[in-house]
Amino acid sequence: MRARNAEKRKKDFKEVALGLTEKEAVREAKRCLQCKKPMCVTGCPVEIDIPAFISAIREKDFKRGIEVIRRYNMLPAVCGRVCPQENQCQGKCVLGKKNAPVAIGALERFAADFEAKKGVPKKPEKPKLNRRSVAVIGSGPAGLTAAAVLAKTGYKVTVFEALHEAGGVLTYGIPEFRLPRKIIEREIDFVTSLGVEIKLNWVVGKIQTIDDLLKEGYDAVFIGVGAGSPRFMEIPGENLNNVYFASEYLTRVNLMKAGSFPKYDTPVKRGKRVAVVGAGNVAMDAARTAVRLGAEKVYIVYRRTSAEMPARLEEVEHAKEEGVEILFLSSPKEIIGDKHGHVSAVRCDAMRMCEPDESGRRRPECSGNEFILEVDQVIMAIGQTANPLLTRSVKKLRLWGAGYIEVDEEGATNIPGIFAGGDIATGAATVISAMGAGKRAARAIDSYIKNKK
Amino acid sequence: MFRIIKKESVAMHVEEMVIHAPHIAGSAQAGNFIILRIHDTGERIPLTIADSDCDAGTITILFQKAGKTTEELASLKEGDSIRDIAGPLGHPTPLKRCGRAVLVGGGIGSATLFPILKALKKKRNRVTVILGARTSDLLVWEHKFGEIADKMWLVTDDGTSGKKGFVTDALNEVVENEKVDIVIAVGPIRMMQAVAELTRFHDIPAIVSLNPIMVEGTGMCGACRVSVGGKTKFACVDGPEFDAHEVDFEEIARRLAFYKREEMESLHKYRTSCKGRCRGK
Ligand SMILES: Cc1cc2nc3c(=O)[nH]c(=O)nc-3n(C[C@H](O)[C@H](O)[C@H](O)COP(=O)(O)OP(=O)(O)OC[C@H]3O[C@@H](n4cnc5c(N)ncnc54)[C@H](O)[C@@H]3O)c2cc1C
Ligand code: FES
Repeated sequence: MRARNAEKRKKDFKEVALGLTEKEAVREAKRCLQCKKPMCVTGCPVEIDIPAFISAIREKDFKRGIEVIRRYNMLPAVCGRVCPQENQCQGKCVLGKKNAPVAIGALERFAADFEAKKGVPKKPEKPKLNRRSVAVIGSGPAGLTAAAVLAKTGYKVTVFEALHEAGGVLTYGIPEFRLPRKIIEREIDFVTSLGVEIKLNWVVGKIQTIDDLLKEGYDAVFIGVGAGSPRFMEIPGENLNNVYFASEYLTRVNLMKAGSFPKYDTPVKRGKRVAVVGAGNVAMDAARTAVRLGAEKVYIVYRRTSAEMPARLEEVEHAKEEGVEILFLSSPKEIIGDKHGHVSAVRCDAMRMCEPDESGRRRPECSGNEFILEVDQVIMAIGQTANPLLTRSVKKLRLWGAGYIEVDEEGATNIPGIFAGGDIATGAATVISAMGAGKRAARAIDSYIKNKK
Repeated sequence: MFRIIKKESVAMHVEEMVIHAPHIAGSAQAGNFIILRIHDTGERIPLTIADSDCDAGTITILFQKAGKTTEELASLKEGDSIRDIAGPLGHPTPLKRCGRAVLVGGGIGSATLFPILKALKKKRNRVTVILGARTSDLLVWEHKFGEIADKMWLVTDDGTSGKKGFVTDALNEVVENEKVDIVIAVGPIRMMQAVAELTRFHDIPAIVSLNPIMVEGTGMCGACRVSVGGKTKFACVDGPEFDAHEVDFEEIARRLAFYKREEMESLHKYRTSCKGRCRGK
């Protein structure tokens, strides 16, 4: 997919990837072999009928194309932009064995953008209400999807969101240059047009508990609160000034618009030499945000090699084009401060990869050498974990691991009437898997309520 | 939108504001705070819930005009609205029957202490309150405390009200003359640090309420992290109250000053803008 010139785009927050033109899309769609047993579909967490929508694009029936996608995916414009397609649909495409796989993600985005541009009427018919109500906690992809599916089925749905804007990570985490705000707004508008009410600034677990919600008359509750708590490395110096967790850094810039300080009141420190620790999407987003805030040099510090990088391929490439330097096999062991307690450097172990263990996984180990990276800002992006704020307010809710909610395949927890899905059930994962979980749980909630009657 | 029901100046640079927020009023407990954002371009700032009235559906906040956002907040009038308020946030103060408690407040710290005082009295504790300020005009709510506390001490640096000196002088006198089971201190960092040292010396348990920089206030960003007993804690969800003897005060002081330059810039811009001139007075 074409992208904006790296030197130009480094200076603003406008979208980087440009999308396909009509001609390009049709040409790309023609490459699809229309396999009898499409492998791509097996790679898609929500099993979109990929050959069907591609063949619609090939026939220039773009409206049908998006209709096919919408049957499976509530957030096509988002997923077309942020799914890790190389590990999902495109990773399975048979063309990919010899050549480039069909650019399924780009085609999905094309169809969704076509819909937005042409304003294909997607006015949903107002569903007939069935007098039952469901509370959804969290307005990320899991919560929004569950809410939309339930509303379409006829439930009265209220979404409770802790922040002052809806969207979850899509709003406060993923930067505009990857996912423009208006796309999320459109999706949220769609959900509210179904009759869903979104209550902002509403921290469930503090204002009221889930028990209270059930007592108030909600027939079921869906928890989609994400995995929002930052993980620490627990190395010395993590609390020095100008060490940010990526979630704070990105929240300041995306949700609070700190890039436009002082027009907006929230500030963010603009580092000159920045080290971002980690190599997932969050790390790439933080690094590229630092570039846009004027950093002279941005490093990604990662303890493994390029083969293990969890970030989307496209983001890694874009980051490199924008001048971000990736230091592989480097593991920070101390953040060093100056006499005022500000970051001045990071001391790192140089690593090497071991031979694969029984599970076949190669682990990094210290090589015995270390080096010092002089920087004035450090952004920690080594992952997120469960936030206990809500879960600890629910008595007897069964959790696993670091505090994630235990659910069955349908999203049911051990407590009747309480369902969960998305990152809070799986640990930090993807937009599409959160969406899929929201959809499955919505169906399970529907049958739970029907059987309860 | 949250409507301002009442606004009043209660001390020099200190405003009291009663806001309509029934769902928060209904669940607020001593020690809880809110995060508010005045308007679309505003920042999110934490403020203690100084009082709440479940029947009227209102919460009361006290704030000192110290930066752009608080100055702008002070420029709002009764009937105006605040865009966003999230709360109640933070752990409620663990309150039980503990015997004799001493509450020590510096300046605006009174806001946090008042609900704690009410709750402690409800549990039939004997409570001594020590309120301090630089000068008498800066004392906040001393009469309201006086109505409930078993014993009141007022202390000012310049002696314009009550005793001349620091709150720690008064606290020292109290603990030397009677048995104290717990001290709860809220105020400027250096004051809380001094209380921590004094109570450690006398071997009295002490709690302080910390006020680090926050963003969302629900444990998701880590902006509010503090070191307590050598461990990193998030003040918004693990606190804001912590064992005074375990807190790393130097670190908080340093982290609180991190955005000084930006705060000055923002305030300067606000004061020199039209908004500052026509609304700020
Ligand atoms: C910076 C970043 C970049 C990413 N990039 C990608 C990518 O490119 N591709 C991809 O597929 N995935 C990406 N991810 C992961 C993806 O965003 C998440 O897996 C997905 O958003 C999870 O959705 P969710 O609905 O479970 O939770 P979230 O999106 O986290 O939403 C949860 C919502 O619940 C709210 N909430 C929390 N507690 C409460 C409470 N007590 N009461 C009320 N509301 C509450 C939160 O405020 C939040 O709005 C990225 C994540 C981050 C942080
Ligand atoms: S304010 Fe964000 S974690 Fe406490």
